[in-house]
Amino acid sequence: MAETKILKPIREAGFAGYGAYIPQYRLPAKEVARVWTDGKGSLPINEKAVAGLDEDVITMSIEAARNALARAALDPTEIRAVWVGSESHPYAVKPTSTVVAEAIGATPHTQAADWEFACKAGTEAIQAAIGFVGSGMANYALAIGMDTAQGRPGDALEYTAGAGGAAFIIGPAEDAVCVIEGSYSYATDTPDFWRRANETYPEHGERFTGEPAYFSHIQTAAEFLMEATETTASDYRFAVFHQPNTKFPVRIAKSLGFEQEQIEAGLLVPDIGNTYAGSAMVGLTSILDVAEPGDRILMVSYGSGAGSDAFSLRATDLLPERREAAPGTLSYVKRRTEIDYATYARFRGKLVLK
Amino acid sequence: MNRLASMETSQHWRLRQQRYALVGEVCPHCTTKIFPPRDICPDCGEDARDLYQFSGRGEVYSHTTVYQAPSGHSSNAPYPVAIVRLEEGPLVTAQLTDIGDQPVEIGTQVEMVTRKLGADGERGMLVYGYKFRPILAER
Repeated sequence: MAETKILKPIREAGFAGYGAYIPQYRLPAKEVARVWTDGKGSLPINEKAVAGLDEDVITMSIEAARNALARAALDPTEIRAVWVGSESHPYAVKPTSTVVAEAIGATPHTQAADWEFACKAGTEAIQAAIGFVGSGMANYALAIGMDTAQGRPGDALEYTAGAGGAAFIIGPAEDAVCVIEGSYSYATDTPDFWRRANETYPEHGERFTGEPAYFSHIQTAAEFLMEATETTASDYRFAVFHQPNTKFPVRIAKSLGFEQEQIEAGLLVPDIGNTYAGSAMVGLTSILDVAEPGDRILMVSYGSGAGSDAFSLRATDLLPERREAAPGTLSYVKRRTEIDYATYARFRGKLVLK
Repeated sequence: MNRLASMETSQHWRLRQQRYALVGEVCPHCTTKIFPPRDICPDCGEDARDLYQFSGRGEVYSHTTVYQAPSGHSSNAPYPVAIVRLEEGPLVTAQLTDIGDQPVEIGTQVEMVTRKLGADGERGMLVYGYKFRPILAER
């Protein structure tokens, strides 16, 4: 039954280019603990990336998209869709995507839209882009997952809610650094995390965010896709899952039969935090920076609310040369300026000025 | 009065390509690269109208730090400002960003990034445009 539910386009698609962006500021988790718990308690990550005063999802998406365009060596006017998935769009009403499209030179003969599905808004855009390209409606479509995530001061999410993400240009398989062998989407109504309209900070279901939410959705989506593509964990050299903290992706990988070495390259959360819509996608960019032609990669996202998108990918001969055309993801991870909680509070607009 | 607020929406819209992506002009007569774009080539005095996409790379020609920021920019102060010599020739005044702990010096190699320049108050539009940062270490 799995083979009837897998998503496969008429024309095979892949990633013509990819690009990451991570801002340079880092807030150590122990600094959050110093302010709120007297330094006591276990820490979910080492530190998280924080956007500067002049950065937001629009500016970060522009840089990731420029990196993806450089790798694809593509004229931006060839792009027929600019789709940005995020839960931190700078405007409530006015698309992020039109500013990004204008800045990269993709206007005006293009689709442009913003996507919303908690942490899987970006992979949702990839699924749609596969349809756009795979049906022959377009040759190239740009899908971005990017966030400057929100966390209430003192809340468990404040340790991990980071900033960053990635852009992928979906195109025909013959022009791809990585082909998409098949994908699958799994969604249910599961209330584990949400933010109501006009609220500054999200609410979450404490332990409910684990078993019925993150673990159940990723497990099911990954198993379904592997059954349909007749693959097992050992067929993949790399795997990357949504990364809300360090523990969850490590545990789901083990549960699905993956070894630690298969997830190591894409596991960025200890050093940049949870980048929400960008999380699995920026992990994938880090994998593509080191993968060799023929390597298989499994990516499974997770978005609260809830759903998972799973992708079976295979690197092509075009990857080694094309990836040199833009900065590697680790060069962004290593670009690091540590800040204290007070600077973080200023950067994130948490100081009352009037 | 807030400088950004005093600017018209139409002006932001008209300048979006040069602001977001450093799109200037190349003179069809003498091939001088021109930024910002204008009607007459400053070099040969002929008509200039062909669009030109600058590479965004350049070097710091001069710089200073703004501590007493004009209204609309005070939330970012202190911030570095530089005159940047683009590799195609023109001098551009812009903010520097992502400096971190590195010292800025005359000759520092920089690249253009598109950043938030400011906001027209709490309710108005967000304004984006070019800044420059030290060139990111490759790979």
